[in-house]
Amino acid sequence: MSIEVTGVSKRFGDFVALQDVSVSIPSGQLTALLGPSGGGKSTLLRIIAGLEYADAGTVGIEGLDATALPARKRGVGFVFQHYAAFKHLTVRRNIAFGLEIRKRPKDEIRRRVDELLALVHLEQFAERLPAQLSGGQRQRMALARALAVEPKVLLLDEPFGALDAKVRKELREWLRRLHDEVHVTTVFVTHDQEEALEVADEIVVVNEGRVEQIGTPDQLYDEPANDFVMRFLGPVTQLGDLLVRPHDVALSPGADDPDAVAGRVARVVRVGFEVRVEVSTGEQVVLATLTRTEFLRLGVGVGATVSVRVVPGAPVVAVPGSVVRSGLEVPAR
Amino acid sequence: MGRGRGPGRWVARAIVTAYLVLLVAWPLWLVAQHTIADGLDGLRGIVDDPDVVHALRLTVVVAVVSVVLNTVFGVGISLLVVRYAFPGKRLLNALLDVPLSVSPIVVGLALVLVYGGRSGWFGPALESAGLQVIFSTPGIILATTFVALPLVIREVVPVLEEIGTEQEQAAQSLGATAAQTFRRITLPAIRWGVTYGVVLSLARSLGEFGAVKVVSGNVLGETRTATLVVEEKYLNFDQGGAYATAFLLALVAVACIVVVSIIRPKEGPR
Amino acid sequence: MSSVRLTRGSGLGLGVALLWFSLLVLIPLAAVVATAAAGGWDGFWQAVTNEQTAAAIRLTVGTALLVTVVNVVMGTLIAWVLVRDRFPGQRALEVLIDVPFALPTIVAGLVLLSLYGPDSPLGLDVANTRAAVFLAFLFVTLPFVVRTVQPVLAELDREVEEAAASLGASRLATFRRIILPALAPAIAAGAALSFARGVSEYGSLVLLSGNLPLRTEVTSVRILSSIENDNLGNAAAVATVLLAISFAVIVALDVIQRRVGRRG
Repeated sequence: MSIEVTGVSKRFGDFVALQDVSVSIPSGQLTALLGPSGGGKSTLLRIIAGLEYADAGTVGIEGLDATALPARKRGVGFVFQHYAAFKHLTVRRNIAFGLEIRKRPKDEIRRRVDELLALVHLEQFAERLPAQLSGGQRQRMALARALAVEPKVLLLDEPFGALDAKVRKELREWLRRLHDEVHVTTVFVTHDQEEALEVADEIVVVNEGRVEQIGTPDQLYDEPANDFVMRFLGPVTQLGDLLVRPHDVALSPGADDPDAVAGRVARVVRVGFEVRVEVSTGEQVVLATLTRTEFLRLGVGVGATVSVRVVPGAPVVAVPGSVVRSGLEVPAR
Repeated sequence: MGRGRGPGRWVARAIVTAYLVLLVAWPLWLVAQHTIADGLDGLRGIVDDPDVVHALRLTVVVAVVSVVLNTVFGVGISLLVVRYAFPGKRLLNALLDVPLSVSPIVVGLALVLVYGGRSGWFGPALESAGLQVIFSTPGIILATTFVALPLVIREVVPVLEEIGTEQEQAAQSLGATAAQTFRRITLPAIRWGVTYGVVLSLARSLGEFGAVKVVSGNVLGETRTATLVVEEKYLNFDQGGAYATAFLLALVAVACIVVVSIIRPKEGPR
Repeated sequence: MSSVRLTRGSGLGLGVALLWFSLLVLIPLAAVVATAAAGGWDGFWQAVTNEQTAAAIRLTVGTALLVTVVNVVMGTLIAWVLVRDRFPGQRALEVLIDVPFALPTIVAGLVLLSLYGPDSPLGLDVANTRAAVFLAFLFVTLPFVVRTVQPVLAELDREVEEAAASLGASRLATFRRIILPALAPAIAAGAALSFARGVSEYGSLVLLSGNLPLRTEVTSVRILSSIENDNLGNAAAVATVLLAISFAVIVALDVIQRRVGRRG
């Protein structure tokens, strides 16, 4: 295990940011800390980095107890959401900063910075100031700066949060490829479940200062530990007392299926290749998402009677307290 | 009012220009004229007067020492107030502005009451240890430092608040010690704020009059500063000398203001 | 999260800074109040109600108030013209605003004397009159309202004014109902600073006002003459009145700034 967090708690005044959190992060992997804003994931990352200190608990990095070590002695690279570019230094000097602090020989610094500039595709921007770069370029510079000192672990706090949607998508694919090249243990914080599912080897879901679940993207999606994880990772709808994904809801014409709930088609919305069908079962409105082909094969329209059931083997989670609600649950962000 | 065409804009422009010309520009110009009309003899006269030269030298020494003190203190206390939380911070913040609104005469009186050699709180003890404060250079330095104290702080605090802590944290995570972080990251980021503060403090320190008058004793050739020379020469009907010295001081003050106004816009794309 | 608790190093730094600040500012100011208090309430009251002193305090506070009113109007107008108008020579006006701040006060007195003294090219001789006190205060307090209002005005969202205009508000109504309330805290802060500066002024009056007892003598001059007569108790009593005024202004400023902070 590369990072070992044990029993960490942290309060800011009356606000409990983390409550007895324990996480093990394996070496060489790309791990996402996923959760809603204010859930404690950034605080956890900052405690690992030594930018914040826990009220209780311990932090181990590569087998070394780092709980009381200052940030500069932890050997971690940290990338900030708003880049934290050193505005008065050129891109080259930004990347060289950690090496200059470590008093490495000049030619070694030059060589290493050149390598990193190539790695993050900023060769032609080496002599520019950060103000002359785009957001995506600044973030790549910040990443190169963090990698320059060959950190034991690389920590990224919402690294793409301040970028626009397109750049963000490009950068996260690039981060995945970069990680496959460099293989440094990497932890990044995000509130975007798609980003986590797409990039991470392992995801830690953090909410209200606690860890809700740890697992691979498949495990989280297929075996959510509770309704929070289920809701957070994608859209859900409710059928009886069960939470289920709308695309795991099957419809058949007529009301003759004894294992299914009968209902009436209340609304049909087509969005591109996908058709969203709302079925009223009397006490609930259930959402089913079909492909266009499936919908045409079903051959029903608004007002038709249909049988609603969950596709066998699909992940479901019981609703806590089983309060009956209706319609589409928007994934919590 | 405002950006609309209309006569309002011209009226506002005219009123403002007339007000500033009558209150500042014209009188300033007249002093320059007075000095130059004397064929610069006045200026030569004061440069040849050893007492005036001594006063100018004392003024510069006092100003430099007090600017250094206020810069070190100002940058330090700004860092503490902006970056750290401690009890009584708000009170300290308010107290730091006090010197701006205290009469220079009260400043002088306050220093005399504590450091006065005869009856001050600490003065007699210091004097018996061989350190005369009041009626001597240390007192002039204290008075000058007191009145200019908030100027660096008022320039540096907003800049520190604006740059935030992320760059400093990034430096720490890259292995920099507190001292390295300050020298390589914080100081370059606040350098313009510090520069304005230093220039304004310098102008204020060179020109302090009331507080220095109380604590200096105004001894010719010893503790008389440039501003005291202006008063003394004017009251002794040496108008040429008074105008020449005043012109010199005004020149430095205006130069400071011009320097600040030239470098200030460059602050933008920092 | 941006401010952290003190570390050992920063705690030491704070200690040194507070010691220096106390030795330079707090203890001396405390000494003024302590010396005034040592004379007892009767002594204090006698000192500040002495005919000549009371007249000086009245003149100082009254003139400072009057000057502050002028500054509120003229300072706002100047800030407006500097922010919203563009014309050649504007940069020079910007410099003129700061001149009173940097100019040594004794020189300021001499400068004003050259246009408003016995040799006035305008034929306006106000030397040794109360008008001279007013003029000197006006000069030294010039930057305060302008410099506090200017940045606020520059940041003001023009769209709000355009919205008001699109809703049918006249220019005057827009100014009174939209702009003025937004500027009010800055104007108040500038006014407080300008009042405090006026009340504490000394240097520019030395050559200009003649310091005539009961007529043009201001509070600072009264304190100085007590000091020169070696009557430090009396000086401290009058100085305490000025300190109380400064203190009130600082409290007012803090309240204004906190209200602005809450709004922002």
